[in-house]
Amino acid sequence: MMAFLNSISWVAVAFHTLAAVVVISALLVVLVRNIVHAVLWLAVCFIALAGVFLTLDADFIALVQILVYAGAVCIMVVFGIMLIRRGNMGESNQFNRQVFAGGGVAVLVTLLSGVLSFRIRYAGSPPDVPENTVDQIATLLLSKYVIPFEVAALLLLVALVGAIFLAKEVKADADS
Amino acid sequence: MVENIFVSIAAWLRGLLGGLGVPDLWNDVILMVVKLLAILVFILVNALWLVYMERKVAGYIQSRLGPIHVGPKGLLQTAADIGKLLGKEIILPKNIDLVVFLLMPVLIFVPPLVIFAVIPFGKDMVAVDMNIGVFYLIAVASLSTIIFWAAGWSSNNKYSLVGGMRSVAQMVSYELPLVLALLGVIMITGTLNMNEIVNAQKNVWFIFTQPIAFLVYFIAGVSETNRTPFDLVEGESEIIAGPYTEYAGMGFAMFFLAEYANVMIVSAMCTIMFLGGWLAPFGLDFVPSWLWFFLKMYLMIFIFMWIRWTYPRIRVDQLMAFGWKVLVPLSLANIFVTGAGMYIFRAIGW
Repeated sequence: MMAFLNSISWVAVAFHTLAAVVVISALLVVLVRNIVHAVLWLAVCFIALAGVFLTLDADFIALVQILVYAGAVCIMVVFGIMLIRRGNMGESNQFNRQVFAGGGVAVLVTLLSGVLSFRIRYAGSPPDVPENTVDQIATLLLSKYVIPFEVAALLLLVALVGAIFLAKEVKADADS
Repeated sequence: MVENIFVSIAAWLRGLLGGLGVPDLWNDVILMVVKLLAILVFILVNALWLVYMERKVAGYIQSRLGPIHVGPKGLLQTAADIGKLLGKEIILPKNIDLVVFLLMPVLIFVPPLVIFAVIPFGKDMVAVDMNIGVFYLIAVASLSTIIFWAAGWSSNNKYSLVGGMRSVAQMVSYELPLVLALLGVIMITGTLNMNEIVNAQKNVWFIFTQPIAFLVYFIAGVSETNRTPFDLVEGESEIIAGPYTEYAGMGFAMFFLAEYANVMIVSAMCTIMFLGGWLAPFGLDFVPSWLWFFLKMYLMIFIFMWIRWTYPRIRVDQLMAFGWKVLVPLSLANIFVTGAGMYIFRAIGW
């Protein structure tokens, strides 16, 4: 018993469990009929994905995944509810019968990701992950990749100003 | 001896298991489970007695006695209350979303429990010594909002839904100053590891070098735990009990106790980030480090209760205006001043 338990690669077990959770919850996001349930499954999916990052020793990325994606899920669901405005959320996650268009897109995406993942050359044995990755990520973000970083900040600022503008305009209309 | 009592227990357990021929990996696993169970028991027992403390503090502030009848000085009052709540029927309203409704009181204790795993209770007393402990805490704490919200939504009750919506709005506005306030300390220490942050306060606590950050963190922390004057999420006089309105018996008690677990977390964070954590002030290190930690933590909890029973609830628009127009600019200015100060001190070679 002990010998068997010691022979298992626990990282592999964790990875396959988490991968199954990610895939199943991602499927449920699109398949359940109630949009609130879909969003809750999305949170499950994001948290499991953070777990996958943890098995790769990328703990900073895993926590970003939780903070930015899983944490923001509730903001999304609130907007979902406010925009849908239905008493009953039973049929809020809608379906249609566009089998061919949907199937085509699915095949295309699968092919593309398949081709891309086969073309990547993986190093034979990856170097050890450094103990503390935050410092290096921060240094890279503010030196080598400072321009993309600032452009992303600018983009967010533009989105923010746009949101304020939209909100203001609606208010002015309501007054007149 | 007393200083290392918990560390010694852990070492003794490890030695015992090693002597029984348990492999190292399983030894680690068992030890970790024991540590987490100890934390769970600690949280639950504390939450129970903090309710009693709250009622006593409220009693004295309002010139009355508080609970006195059950047990000596009323000490067993909350235990009796929990017994009563456990025995109550769980009432399920007609049009609720059953699975979500029943799941949320169970999940509400998950974020506090996993957060306590990284909190250093004393010297060498941390279940998981994480390099990015502060960031981990912020990330995991953001998950409790969705639990409050889902509880409110699944109840299918307008008061519950309003409470859930308010909890999201409050989180969006107050999480930002909460994180930005901690950034001042992190800039000075240059680390996200809680043990290193505590050690960096050997000479002077950060409450003296970062007083504004402390204030902003404390105010935003009161808001994060949904306590008066920021208890709009469960404002009894407006929306009954917010997201918990439809919960009966133990389901309600879980939310109630989780609030105290969150108060403990915010107080523990104030202690670690600003009050020197488990370090003894004035070199009074004959008192064990974990006792110092708990003393500071309970002092913070007492201030929480003091504020709750002294101030009235603020309005929703005041809440938003205060968060966005006062706390966020203040915490941003604090970061700017801290950065400039660090630069100047480095330039004059301090």
